[in-house]
Amino acid sequence: MIYMEDICKTYHIGDETIHALDHANLQVQDGEFVAVVGPSGSGKSTLMNIMGCLDTADSGIYLLDNEPIVRMSQNQLAHVRNKKIGFIFQNFNLLPRLTALENVELPLIYGGVPTSDRRSLAENALRLVGLEKRTSHRPTELSGGQQQRVAIARALAGNPPVLLADEPTGNLDSSTGNEIMQIFDELHEAGKTIVLITHDSHVASRAQREIHIADGRVTGGVA
Amino acid sequence: MLVQSFRMAIDAILSNKLRSFLTMLGIIIGVVALVVLVSMVTSATANIASEVNAMGADTLQVTVTSETGRPFTVPEVLALQGQNDVIGLTAVASQSVGAVGSDNRAVSIMGVTPSYFSVMNLPLASGRLLKTSDLDNATYVAVFSYEAAEEIFHSQDIVGRSVRVRGSAFTVVGVLEESRSMFSSFMGGIVYIPYTTYVRFTGSDETVNQFVAAPAAGASIDEAESELRSLLTKRYGDDEDAFFIMSSSMISDAIDDITSMLSLVLGGIAAVSLLVGGIGIMNIMLVSVTERTREIGIRKAVGATTRDILVQFLIESLVLSLTGCLIGVLASWGIISLVAWYGASAGIQMTFEMSGGVVVLAIVFASVIGVVFGIYPARKAALMRPIEALRYSN
Repeated sequence: MIYMEDICKTYHIGDETIHALDHANLQVQDGEFVAVVGPSGSGKSTLMNIMGCLDTADSGIYLLDNEPIVRMSQNQLAHVRNKKIGFIFQNFNLLPRLTALENVELPLIYGGVPTSDRRSLAENALRLVGLEKRTSHRPTELSGGQQQRVAIARALAGNPPVLLADEPTGNLDSSTGNEIMQIFDELHEAGKTIVLITHDSHVASRAQREIHIADGRVTGGVA
Repeated sequence: MLVQSFRMAIDAILSNKLRSFLTMLGIIIGVVALVVLVSMVTSATANIASEVNAMGADTLQVTVTSETGRPFTVPEVLALQGQNDVIGLTAVASQSVGAVGSDNRAVSIMGVTPSYFSVMNLPLASGRLLKTSDLDNATYVAVFSYEAAEEIFHSQDIVGRSVRVRGSAFTVVGVLEESRSMFSSFMGGIVYIPYTTYVRFTGSDETVNQFVAAPAAGASIDEAESELRSLLTKRYGDDEDAFFIMSSSMISDAIDDITSMLSLVLGGIAAVSLLVGGIGIMNIMLVSVTERTREIGIRKAVGATTRDILVQFLIESLVLSLTGCLIGVLASWGIISLVAWYGASAGIQMTFEMSGGVVVLAIVFASVIGVVFGIYPARKAALMRPIEALRYSN
């Protein structure tokens, strides 16, 4: 599903050159639940961004679901993000002026899904995360855990093959965090490929496999 | 997708009503300025045009200067009638002011030939008009205008009554209908007496320096004018200063030129203020884009393309400008209606209307402004890089 070889990403800030990713190699198979663990500044966010097609690598090979990503245009990347990837962020990143249902529908709108199908797909996704009774609530009317569940529903709505979660429990208390991790377990059992970034080893241990990253270098990237 | 963008645009605009309103204010004021000013000019033009029409539709007024030494006589003027089937009726008129009635009020007195009433389109209300026999015999009869009858007798029922005009006794033989022209009613009453009578008792000579002519039925005023011009040129041997022909269409043309220019100038000024409104929109859209950086990042993360974001923000700016335009048009309609109502209640006989053409112009203008001034902020939004946008915190 995810194949990264020799990925490099460098930043130039003033006089300094920062090697955010240094010849990183990583493979994730279909249906695997993988955790990427590393301290802050290790490059895990950069890795996540490249994996999620939010950013492009300077060099290397990246194949997502057998499609080469590296030479894609902005619009092509947007298309990949829409169809292949479901994002879950630490701070939920929901649109505050839209209801839960409208938030979940968003990727479907950009994906050109007709209105009638959109609604039912979104409602299904919300049902999967247990929020079918909160479809017309705005994010401000929802608790942190509920907001994250809406975000997960949004990530699931278009049925993408890969879910990328960046510190999904970072802003939640431990019991709510647990509930969220439950959901990830269920999704994994349902056959989704999940890549989860975290600095928390407890969270990481719930994954099938751990990949470690430090100073831009990846260990355990290939199983 | 388009419907969604519209909904999102309206939602964004409604979410901060005060700010949206202040943004639109520039457009609203610009549209009101444009629509009200140009409509006023258009209304004024229409009013003046109908005035000119009511004052003496399509007549030519010929003035012969004294240097020619060859002024017209009354028979010569009347002989011009029917020339080439283009010239219709002609009439002679001279005017002065005199004391009329028992109160000796100062009223205009016009000495005219009988065809004057036809040429100048003055309909009769009661009695009769002046006849050829009146002209031949220089009788002491008078036709009163509606206003003159009001002024002297305070009544319209005066046929047969005697009246003193400049000390001499005249008999009223006819009364005209109330004039349709505001200018004429403003000018006050006129007493019409036969030209020959007029000549006799004002002591002026019988030569004619000024006469009027109407085009024949089926001929245009321009045809009549050129025919008259060639006749007079022949008579006065190419002396260009010998005579002057003025037609009501000349007047309306001159007025048209002035009002067109006025329209353009006022419209131009209003357009400038619309432009300023556009700058206001661009300002706010830029602020809005910056404020919603995170939102843009999220949208891009879930798959919005550059074009999706561009269209979203362009539509927002378009909705802003068109809504401002709509409010401006409604406000203009209100203002014009108010002016019309006030004018009517104050007895002013003018009509004020909102010009449909300028409303369409305003809509087109507002749309263009919405797009032109919205493009830069929309592009800025569309070209944001997703991760930078996502990292942005207010």
